[in-house]
Amino acid sequence: MKLTLKIWRQADASAAGAMHTYELDGVSSDMSFLEMLDLLNEQLLTSGEEPVAFDSDCREGICGMCSLMINGQAHGPEVTTTCQLHMRSFTDGDTITIEPWRASSFPVLKDLVVDRTAFDRIIQNGGYISANTGSAPEANSVPAPRDKAMRSFNAATCIGCGACVAACPNGSASLFLGAKITHLGELPQGQPERYSRVASMVAQHDHEGFGGCTNIGECAAACPKEIPLDVISQLNRDLRTAIKQGF
Amino acid sequence: MATTDLVKGVRTTRSTIALKLLMAASGIVFILFVLVHMYGNLKAFAGHDAYNEYAEHIRTIGTPILPRTGALWVLRVMLIVSLVAHVAAAVALWQRASKARPVRYEVKRNLSSSLSSRTMRWGGITLLLFIIWHLINFTIGKVNVSGGATNDPYNLLVDSFDTWWLTVIYLIAMLALGLHLHHGTFSALQTLGLTNTLTSRTRARVLGWTVAIVIAGGFSLVPLFTLFGVIDK
Ligand code: HEM
Ligand code: SF4
Ligand code: FES
Repeated sequence: MKLTLKIWRQADASAAGAMHTYELDGVSSDMSFLEMLDLLNEQLLTSGEEPVAFDSDCREGICGMCSLMINGQAHGPEVTTTCQLHMRSFTDGDTITIEPWRASSFPVLKDLVVDRTAFDRIIQNGGYISANTGSAPEANSVPAPRDKAMRSFNAATCIGCGACVAACPNGSASLFLGAKITHLGELPQGQPERYSRVASMVAQHDHEGFGGCTNIGECAAACPKEIPLDVISQLNRDLRTAIKQGF
Repeated sequence: MATTDLVKGVRTTRSTIALKLLMAASGIVFILFVLVHMYGNLKAFAGHDAYNEYAEHIRTIGTPILPRTGALWVLRVMLIVSLVAHVAAAVALWQRASKARPVRYEVKRNLSSSLSSRTMRWGGITLLLFIIWHLINFTIGKVNVSGGATNDPYNLLVDSFDTWWLTVIYLIAMLALGLHLHHGTFSALQTLGLTNTLTSRTRARVLGWTVAIVIAGGFSLVPLFTLFGVIDK
């Protein structure tokens, strides 16, 4: 198929960017979205132009490295990551607008690549549990209620891609934060640090310049891992408890 | 094994979520108030004397232990404090959000957000303007747009809503209130951390619809029935 691509081009973090239009022919519906961009880049290289920079790593939908706002939807029209989006979701003659995640806490580094280390710093401020090193503990020594374990595991599927921030008109990272708080706070191993964790991670979230949540739900609709809105409720409840406990 | 607290000196009470908790708490004060206020207004259907007696009764609640209008002033102070907190938090979060997402997308689709959730801020400003006018109209200024007397609450009400354009202004304000409450009720429950399951979230949404329809609909009855002449002098 033949496509018209409108892509954000920006030379580096400090340069002013703009939308550029490219025509691309010979796209197969079996290609992934990123393979389609690879094809465009080959075309750009042969014509001596700078290829479009974009992030990707596993291309299996598990690492959270790929991003892209595609036709106004984070990760495009399907509930999946950009790397797992295929060109069969588009039709011949389509115009596709591709933009980087937009949030001041995710500054654009080049073209479609944004800096998501703000998420790493949030994780560094409490997104873990303390455990003794040494030999692995006996797996069944700490009982975990099934419903809590399931909820925790579901929240743990968050891959930290940042689509929730990109989709949020407030640039809030509440869904990501809520996923981590629920993931660690539901299990027995996460209890000792539960309330200092939420205090610390929320402080880092705010410090990074992410916005406040207005519960409109665009994040959950954009999340490739279908993290539900109730993790934000959990985040709010845990923070409320942290306030009561004097953090 | 003892673990250490992760941070020292973090002020949870200064966080974005704390601001939201303030909005939710003050919002719930408003919801309870407008619910009672709406119910009270329906006294207009009982006619001149019953309505004016009700208006007088509000001023004498708690007497003789409290002075006349004492209880009313307690309520007023609570509402003013809530309003200042609610608006201050709204402005702070609005500014924060504009800084957090300064660049607009070329193309952006809204997938799941409701109209009401996207109009909270401008709708809130509409409500603020309306509240100011409403107080000038019936409480502080007592403005009778048709030039009649202002010392009789029932007659002031009938004169006001016999004026079609004033009724339209009130109905628009009730639309804004309904929208604000539709999302606000759900949002407040979510902010308070009371919607941790799909079922409770669905219930919170249903409650949002109910509160919005009952309050905005209930308030709209008196202006409409006055305009159509059912409530008259
Ligand atoms: C005076 C003007 C007002 C302004 C500027 C205003 C503004 C706002 C804003 C910006 C929000 C946050 C929206 C969100 O979180 O999605 C909000 C939430 C809310 N508002 Fe208002 N509002 C006003 C008046 C009212 C009134 C009169 C009521 C009730 C009758 C009300 C009830 C609520 C509730 C319940 C919430 C939800 C709190 C939460 O999100 O946790 N507001 N308001
Ligand atoms: S919550 Fe979903 S959208 Fe947000 S970072 Fe995690 S996987 Fe991505
Ligand atoms: S590249 Fe790893 S999730 Fe898309």
